Amino acid sequence: MAAIFELFFTFAKIGLFTFGGGYAMIPIIENTCVENKKWITDEEMINMTVIAESTPGPIAINCSTYVGFKQKGFLGAVAATLGVILPSFCIIFLISLFLDNFLSIKFIASAFCGIKCAVGILIVDAAVKMFKKMKKTVFSVLLTAAAFALLLAFDIFSINISSIILLIAAAVISFAVCLITKAGRADEK
Amino acid sequence: MIYLELLLGFLKVGFFAFGGAYAAIPFIREVVLAYNWLSDEMLSYIIAVSESTPGPVMVNMATYVGASQKGLLGSAIATLAVVLPAFVIILLVMVVFRSLLKNRYFRAVIGGLQAAIIGIIAATGVYMIYKNIFLSGGGFNTDFVTLAFTACIAIIYFPAKKLLKKNVSPILVISVCAVAGVFVFGF
Repeated sequence: MAAIFELFFTFAKIGLFTFGGGYAMIPIIENTCVENKKWITDEEMINMTVIAESTPGPIAINCSTYVGFKQKGFLGAVAATLGVILPSFCIIFLISLFLDNFLSIKFIASAFCGIKCAVGILIVDAAVKMFKKMKKTVFSVLLTAAAFALLLAFDIFSINISSIILLIAAAVISFAVCLITKAGRADEK
Repeated sequence: MIYLELLLGFLKVGFFAFGGAYAAIPFIREVVLAYNWLSDEMLSYIIAVSESTPGPVMVNMATYVGASQKGLLGSAIATLAVVLPAFVIILLVMVVFRSLLKNRYFRAVIGGLQAAIIGIIAATGVYMIYKNIFLSGGGFNTDFVTLAFTACIAIIYFPAKKLLKKNVSPILVISVCAVAGVFVFGF
């Protein structure tokens, strides 16, 4: 039971003191879970990062679930995951009670007009950063370009097609291409 | 039934957001616009607040949208919904599908998803900028102050990153733009 609480409070601390989400948390999780607590090894840490990146959802949740499960099974996973979300849940909930009222103050509304411009730039920048890190093949670059062009066109012309359709299409096409290239290679033999 | 909509909407976000918080923004945007919960403008504020407070950004956004719609219960439902797919999938990967990660078809599909999602994030960012500048106050009209302001951020931000050879914290960018916004839009 003590171990469950320790998982909960350790991840609550990680959740409370890291700004900027999952990628900012990875070094701190490494420091805490590998070096201090020795809950997982270096190799497991790398393995976990790979899994977190190839599964959907918040990176922080992927990591806390992984470490919690490794340490104390299902209960451990629940404790670590709840721990990492609870502090920010409370903070955001409190802020949400006040933001609407804040926005009726003129200079705060102006500040948020400035922030609104920054958010667009930050999103584009995040995409650029991810693109730089991506393993680039002709196929993957084409997929990125096609998804970009299609979604932008949908938005601008108010075509009501969800980006989830684009994702599913990308998954199907990638699977098909993998199948075809493998069949092609088999023929050569 | 808004609780059910929050649950389903954020399960969808949690299930399709490959690659962290920014990957969730396009899906959260689609959900809140489809149900008429929030405007694009309010969504940008929520993104900024979520970036500037501690904790996982995707979870923060879900908490906020839930709270803005239906108070404490709404935010609890949205938060758990966005977390649940990741939680279940990690458990499945650890218990059942360890070898799945090495499977070439699986990796091809994940690679394709990651490539497509980068395009989706970029398109969402570009469209939000476009909307700020050209579609302010309904209909097509160009807001030249916003255009100039956005251009200034880009002109300062991208070279600054190159010059410093490291990432500039989003919180710093948001804070500076908040202060600048008071002077540019406030007077």
